Amino acid sequence: MKTVLRLFLILTIALSFTAVQAAETINGAGATFPYPVYSAWAYQYQKTTGVRLNYQSIGSGGGVRQITNRTVDFGASDAPVPPEKLTRKDLLQFPAVIGGVVLVVNIPGVKSGQLKLDSESVCRIFLGEITEWNDSRIKSLNPSLKLPGRKITVVHRSDGSGTTAIFTTYLSKACADWKEKVGAGKAVKWPVGIGGKGNEGVANYVRRVKYSIGYVEFAYAKQNKLTYTLLKNPSGNFVKPSFETFQAAAASADFDPQKHFYLWLINAPGKNAWPISGATFILLAREKKKSNIKTVRFFDWAFKNGDETAKRLVYVPLPDDLKNKVRAYWKQNGIY
Amino acid sequence: MDIVRKRKIESFVALTLSTLAAMSGLFWLVFILGDVLIHGIGALNLGLFLEDPAPPGIEGGGLRNAFVGQLLITLCATIIGVPLGVLGGTFLAEYARGRKIARIISILSDIMVSVPSIVVGTFIYAVLVKPLGHFNGWAGAVALAIIMVPVVLRTTEDMLTLVPWTLREAAFALGAPYYKVIIQVVYRGAAAGILTGILLSIARVAGETAPLLFTSFNNSFFSVNMNEPISSLTVTIFQYAMGPYDSWHAQAWAASLIITIFILMLTIAGRLIIRWRYGKR
Amino acid sequence: MPLLFKKNPVDIFFSVITALAALSVVVFIAGILYILIRESSLSIERFGVFNFIFSTDWDPVRESFGAATNLFGTAVTTFLSLLFAIPVAVGIAIFVTEIAPNFLKGPIGVAIELLAAIPSIIYGMWGLFTLAPIMSEYIEPALQASLGKVPVLGILFEGTPMGIDLLTASVILSIMIIPFTASISRDAFNLTPAVVKESAYALGATRWEVVKNVVIPYSRLGIFGGVVLSLGRALGETMAVAFVLGNNHQITSSLLDAAATITVTLANEFTEADTDLYLSSLFYLALILFVLSFITLAIAKIFLLRAERRS
Repeated sequence: MKTVLRLFLILTIALSFTAVQAAETINGAGATFPYPVYSAWAYQYQKTTGVRLNYQSIGSGGGVRQITNRTVDFGASDAPVPPEKLTRKDLLQFPAVIGGVVLVVNIPGVKSGQLKLDSESVCRIFLGEITEWNDSRIKSLNPSLKLPGRKITVVHRSDGSGTTAIFTTYLSKACADWKEKVGAGKAVKWPVGIGGKGNEGVANYVRRVKYSIGYVEFAYAKQNKLTYTLLKNPSGNFVKPSFETFQAAAASADFDPQKHFYLWLINAPGKNAWPISGATFILLAREKKKSNIKTVRFFDWAFKNGDETAKRLVYVPLPDDLKNKVRAYWKQNGIY
Repeated sequence: MDIVRKRKIESFVALTLSTLAAMSGLFWLVFILGDVLIHGIGALNLGLFLEDPAPPGIEGGGLRNAFVGQLLITLCATIIGVPLGVLGGTFLAEYARGRKIARIISILSDIMVSVPSIVVGTFIYAVLVKPLGHFNGWAGAVALAIIMVPVVLRTTEDMLTLVPWTLREAAFALGAPYYKVIIQVVYRGAAAGILTGILLSIARVAGETAPLLFTSFNNSFFSVNMNEPISSLTVTIFQYAMGPYDSWHAQAWAASLIITIFILMLTIAGRLIIRWRYGKR
Repeated sequence: MPLLFKKNPVDIFFSVITALAALSVVVFIAGILYILIRESSLSIERFGVFNFIFSTDWDPVRESFGAATNLFGTAVTTFLSLLFAIPVAVGIAIFVTEIAPNFLKGPIGVAIELLAAIPSIIYGMWGLFTLAPIMSEYIEPALQASLGKVPVLGILFEGTPMGIDLLTASVILSIMIIPFTASISRDAFNLTPAVVKESAYALGATRWEVVKNVVIPYSRLGIFGGVVLSLGRALGETMAVAFVLGNNHQITSSLLDAAATITVTLANEFTEADTDLYLSSLFYLALILFVLSFITLAIAKIFLLRAERRS
């Protein structure tokens, strides 16, 4: 008994201190939304290069906090960090992949891409001012659609998330009332509705609850075969959520390397741009050149080889010229 | 006559109801275990134990990292928690027997056994995660150890108390010092009971999730480095079950099945030892 | 008396070691209390005690936090689960001690123990994948169609049945605590002296009358202690409810609505909290939970000790 115990003790201590880092490891933490695509990339990257990228999805807020405290090699956030804050904390930031938030509804008889909404009507629905589907403000956008006079159930996220940050930023830009009463953030105090945990929770509720509306990441809408709506973008077009419209948003947006790409991809100017898109960002500690080079090498590899993987998981790869802008940014900071 | 019949009917109804209650207890057990078995067994394969997780969208992959991580965390928790618990129980039953302090600690331990485990998790986060700056396996092990200590301590105390005092007196009479009496006579007499306590305490912590959420966290790669985040089955189940992918759900069920079987076997082993050593109770 | 044996130096050493080990439990409790107070001090300073407890706000954007919605969820799920669990648990205890033929006593006792050993995460997962759909498709619509039509009671069953709500969480929680309550009640029943029971039978009492008039009154304290102990357990249960409660910070009159308990809020938001005040408020919640469950468990212990002493 005693010898066994001693053996265990020696074994664990040995494991703890000697077997460290047999392979090269990059540690990252942050946003949950890009977790599947980062881990898929990491899986392939390890197979081809032997380098491990351990990404922990602890949430965007956690990602910013961890990199600020320099406890990880990179942080990840769905919400862009403003340039002033980056300078203050001595951080670098660049986009890695694009996602989009789509509105999903459950109205019997209404199919995907049939219901048209604009920012004003979405805002009023989530404020609880439009309460029924046959409200004149919805009807006027959909003259040909038969809408029932049923009560709308709003479904939102109940946990903190980058998805919510993107969506509430959109709502804050859509109407002044939202900005004033609720505001934008990773978690907000919702005026109406029921809350689901995670994208899947919201998707679940919308699928089950008739006459409901919710917002989820595009990937979840697609995988769960939910009914999505069209949205009117600032160019006046009703667009359908798809790879093309997300990429149009990313391509038309003015990502400025001088501002560390700080940009909300909300209401991007492109003709076919989906109005509620968002890039998810990587944060680096400026002075940690060595580990930054490792991280950048990984993302450069992903930019070159990861597009198919991303698309299969329903994420939108960055458009090529944005990738090149990011590479130039790396070069400029001496880590590429 | 009528009153007697009424009483008999009343008795019959009440007893039927309590029989039904007992049956419902069995019903839930069968329902839950059956469900875990049906869902879990379909997802069981060798790859589950031998491969590391594949990202969603890629076929195959397993939970090797989580199995090993879980074992490692539980093992370290046992190494920390069991000696503390056994020694503490020894103090209460031997050196402080019958004193007020023994009574107080004994009661506090009983309370500690049921204290919400998530609170222990937040405590360890503040003590072992925040100062170090990153999640790590040791934090998870210590959190589990804190939950183990009172369980082991109380069973040890009870089991040592069961050892007849005369046995000790016989040893004293031979001139043995107290510590020798404890180690060579009392421990030997209570070994089976203490072992049961240890088994049950392992069963108790092996299924804990809440204290690991903010301590050992999770790791998508195979790692045995306790200074890093380490994957555990329970946290993986939580993550996978909440996730949107069907392959994740299947693996979560398989992991649930394994962990349930492991814990039930420990529990049954504990019972059997008690029955074998102390007769039917 | 035993301390007299501490003549040998090794003995002194050994006794000190064991004493330190025993004191570790006290250190843990004091440490948890101290650390939780320290970590939540930011939030305590900002919101105070009463304000925090009675504020229904949980607004991370404006950094205004209150515990009321969490306490509400904790109170409702705990109360309901006890309501469902106590009759079943007492029934089981009666069956095992008074009714069951000897060959059944063992297996049912073991079954109850096993039910207690199943990890809570398994209950949670089972609840999400198996129980929640059953609740939303069959049980909750049926409740709405029957009890939902009753004037005042109907308020409890308003809304859309989704299966992710207070009712489902309470059902799972009750299944979890049945074994605790049952085994403590059984132990309490077993404390009733056989002589008392036999004399009641001799007077011609039926079995139920013996249970009702002799056993239950005799073991009242023990049962009560068991119930309070289960209450303490239910208060702190996390994983079983985290899957099926929906984590929505609201006070609602309908049992078919999502809500949040202290434990669920901690599990969902602890690693996501991005500001110091947010994190501190979560520690504050943990502190409240710790104090609440500690007091509850202490009360339970007092009753159980009294019950033991009486016999």
